[in-house]
Amino acid sequence: MELITLEGVHKVYSTSEEVQVHALRGINMHIDEGEYVAIMGPSGSGKSTLMHIIGCLDVVTAGKYEIDGVDTEGMSEKQLARIRNAKIGFVFQQFNLLSSMTALRNVELPLVYAGVPVSQRKERAQKALARVGLADRALHRPGQLSGGQQQRVAIARALVTDPALILADEPTGALDSVSTNDILALFDELTEEGKTVVVITHERDVAARAQRTVHLYDGMLQEVNA
Amino acid sequence: MILQAMRTALEALNAHRMRTTLTLLGILIGIAAVMMTVGLTQGASSSMSEQMGSLGTKLLYVTPGSTSSGGIRGMSATTSSLNDDDVALLSDKNIAPDIDSVAATYSGSYGALRSSTTTWYASISGVTANYLDVLGTELESGRMFTQGEIDASASVVVLDSSTAEQLFSDTSQAVGQTISIGGQSFTVIGVQKDSGTSGMTMSSSSSVLVPLSTARERFGTGGTSLSMIYMLATSTDTLSAAKQEAENAMSATHRTSVEEPDFSIASMSSIVDMYNTVMMMFSLLLGGIASISLLVGAIGVMNIMLVSVSERVREIGLRKALGATPGNIRIQFLIEAAMVGLAGGILGVLVGLGGSALIQWAISTFGGYDLPVIVSWDATAIALAVSMTIGIIAGVYPASRAAKLAPIDALRSE
Ligand SMILES: Nc1ncnc2c1ncn2[C@@H]1O[C@H](COP(=O)(O)OP(=O)(O)O)[C@@H](O)[C@H]1O
Ligand SMILES: [Mg+2]
Repeated sequence: MELITLEGVHKVYSTSEEVQVHALRGINMHIDEGEYVAIMGPSGSGKSTLMHIIGCLDVVTAGKYEIDGVDTEGMSEKQLARIRNAKIGFVFQQFNLLSSMTALRNVELPLVYAGVPVSQRKERAQKALARVGLADRALHRPGQLSGGQQQRVAIARALVTDPALILADEPTGALDSVSTNDILALFDELTEEGKTVVVITHERDVAARAQRTVHLYDGMLQEVNA
Repeated sequence: MILQAMRTALEALNAHRMRTTLTLLGILIGIAAVMMTVGLTQGASSSMSEQMGSLGTKLLYVTPGSTSSGGIRGMSATTSSLNDDDVALLSDKNIAPDIDSVAATYSGSYGALRSSTTTWYASISGVTANYLDVLGTELESGRMFTQGEIDASASVVVLDSSTAEQLFSDTSQAVGQTISIGGQSFTVIGVQKDSGTSGMTMSSSSSVLVPLSTARERFGTGGTSLSMIYMLATSTDTLSAAKQEAENAMSATHRTSVEEPDFSIASMSSIVDMYNTVMMMFSLLLGGIASISLLVGAIGVMNIMLVSVSERVREIGLRKALGATPGNIRIQFLIEAAMVGLAGGILGVLVGLGGSALIQWAISTFGGYDLPVIVSWDATAIALAVSMTIGIIAGVYPASRAAKLAPIDALRSE
């Protein structure tokens, strides 16, 4: 089953009337359910832009983007938010945890927006934390956790709604090698469990863990099979 | 979702306690000022109408409109345009069916009253026998003089309570005593009840009552002129009819033009109305000032909400990435603004209550009379609703700015 479909996708940023940045120039890409794909490319090649499109955080300027069989064209902010909530789990380079909340409440957040009742929220968040090996850190705040632990909390948050796709942008960019290995091991396990994982990275050994790697140069794709 | 948003709002406000407190102050001051203004004016109005009583609403009084100042002295004892004929006219049921009873006064001089021990000064008024009934004043002890005593220009006097207190150490002993007024002996036959010490009524300084005829003959210039006529309408509903009848009848006999009558008729309720109008203007003025304070408070809330939004751009982006819709974000910031408003309102109401109690205490301690300051539940509820609404209105623009942030722009910002 095809989960992600991009056909002739262009993204143009207009910073002003005269200056336009053509960040993506005709991307065709297909990712099946259960695949583990790495997207590589030099800085400025359009990796984050592509991730925003795939993650429904931004919309295409031209072309077609489908996720789980649903065409995103013309969708409202609200509809896009619902798709992000239900189908996508994000993992960011800077973790993006809310520092005033405990790990548990951070993990609960997507469930709040999904309208899950409080009692179930706690239970599911606790389970997701256990899944990443942090059951005993549920009541710690991000500031009391190491970088690797924080990223695992972020992964628990990405998993808690049981989304089809885990989308990670430079997930190991801010981590040491030990923590990096922990995270990559987690991604391997998730793939084994049938999750689709898309990792954006500029590190070769991170990309090497994926089943296939896609290279972006100047907004265009060059696929290389592992 | 709403509960969660309330919790988030509380946390955000708590994280910037100082800032939140300062923002609250604007709303607090405004609400407290409004509460005190409303409390004071409502208290004053209610104490006024209480004093006027049910009787006040039936009372009309006629004053000489343009008195021609008499002769060379040109001081008191001027020729009044009112006289006994007017009383007879107004008492005529055929002419004025809606007038129940008519009393009249002749204000004599201000004179010295001597008991065996003390001297006291009071104004001496000659009145008709039904004067106390018409004005609704009661006697503490003794009795009012009779028509017979009026016809005979008897030397009897009814004291007011403060004069009685001054002249006799024991006021219950006053009735039956003899006092001298302007060198002539009078027998005290009654003492009026204390009419209340509030400065709101027209009553006031010491004034003793003697028969109308006695006042004219011994303390005035004789004749049949009167200082004032009081009338009681048959009921509250017939007050305006009674006033019209009196006006018509008197205009005819006084041969004066309608534009320039030489008398004027007013009702107690018209005084109450006038008083209430003044109070209303006063409260509008104070309320206006208080509203400006509320407006400033609202601008403060809006400002702080804008700061809060721009500080939390990244958080907003993250929440959106996790599935928050624009509506979710809007609600979150509106709740935060409403909470600031409501908290300011609650504190404002408390300060307003405290301030009202303080004003009431100050008036009774330094002003010498009890003015109730009424803070009703209605006013409190309205104040709270208003403060919350102000918060929400002030939050609309910041909240929609937050709701409109594009998730990627929000996430990218550092
Ligand atoms: N919001 C934006 N406005 C204008 N230009 C942008 C914006 N986002 C990215 N770009 C430009 O698009 C190109 C691709 O950027 P990006 O997708 O962030 O690359 P990468 O993540 O591979 O470093 C760059 O030239 C960048 O400057
Ligand atoms: Mg990037």
